[in-house]
Amino acid sequence: MKVQEIVDRLELKGATKIFDKDLSGVYISDMVSDIIANAKAGHLLVTVQIHNNVIAAANLVDIAAIVVTQGKLPSDDVIKMAEKAQISILSTTMNRWQVATKLYEAGIR
Amino acid sequence: MFPAPVLDVIMEEEILYSETFRIHGNDFEHGGEVAAAVKSVMKQLGIRSDVIRRLSIANFECEMNVIMYADEAEFEFSVLPSQVRVVCKDRGQGIPDIGLAMQEGWSTATQQMRERGFGAGLGLPNIKRNSDKFEIESTPSVGTTLRYSVNLE
Repeated sequence: MKVQEIVDRLELKGATKIFDKDLSGVYISDMVSDIIANAKAGHLLVTVQIHNNVIAAANLVDIAAIVVTQGKLPSDDVIKMAEKAQISILSTTMNRWQVATKLYEAGIR
Repeated sequence: MFPAPVLDVIMEEEILYSETFRIHGNDFEHGGEVAAAVKSVMKQLGIRSDVIRRLSIANFECEMNVIMYADEAEFEFSVLPSQVRVVCKDRGQGIPDIGLAMQEGWSTATQQMRERGFGAGLGLPNIKRNSDKFEIESTPSVGTTLRYSVNLE
């Protein structure tokens, strides 16, 4: 599934440009060490943690895109960094559980 | 013509590439940049993606540990014929009990670090799990040296 399809299905708002990437799965976590060790290349990361060290970790393990929940917004520096790494940051007021159920309904298994 | 090999059982492997980076304590702003630079070098050298992934995870944890707990460090990355290797030598508070620090879930992270999603007590275990060889030495109030490597085959 493409990033854009998830944006449309879940009505997410692009905090960055939306980069055309295929998603290989989903990982949900707010602990940076857990994210870097367990999220896989091409994953959609769902998190409330959105700062520069998370973007660095996401980029190191080739995470495709990040959904940031509960209405949190990345700073301008974080947006710049994510765009340089071609990682889309997508924001929503939903919480992680609501996002998880919608992703499941969208067909991600 | 290649020179005749020296007959020495402890002869070190030839270093094909080496680069040293400096990491500064409390520099959260640049946290992850050394690991990113090393990843980019490994990609250019055509190193296998699973090796890049494992060393990148270890490098990120190592770099963030210096930023969170040490004053500064010299981080030396080398490529050898059989492995990619890191020696990270820091100056700082050191680790009084390495056994505890290696235990998953044990952390001395501050509230501020925890709010940024650190402090899961997974840093050193992540480095160990993602490397084929791992050594740690520490002297309290002097510093800590980590040596770890990932095999290329």
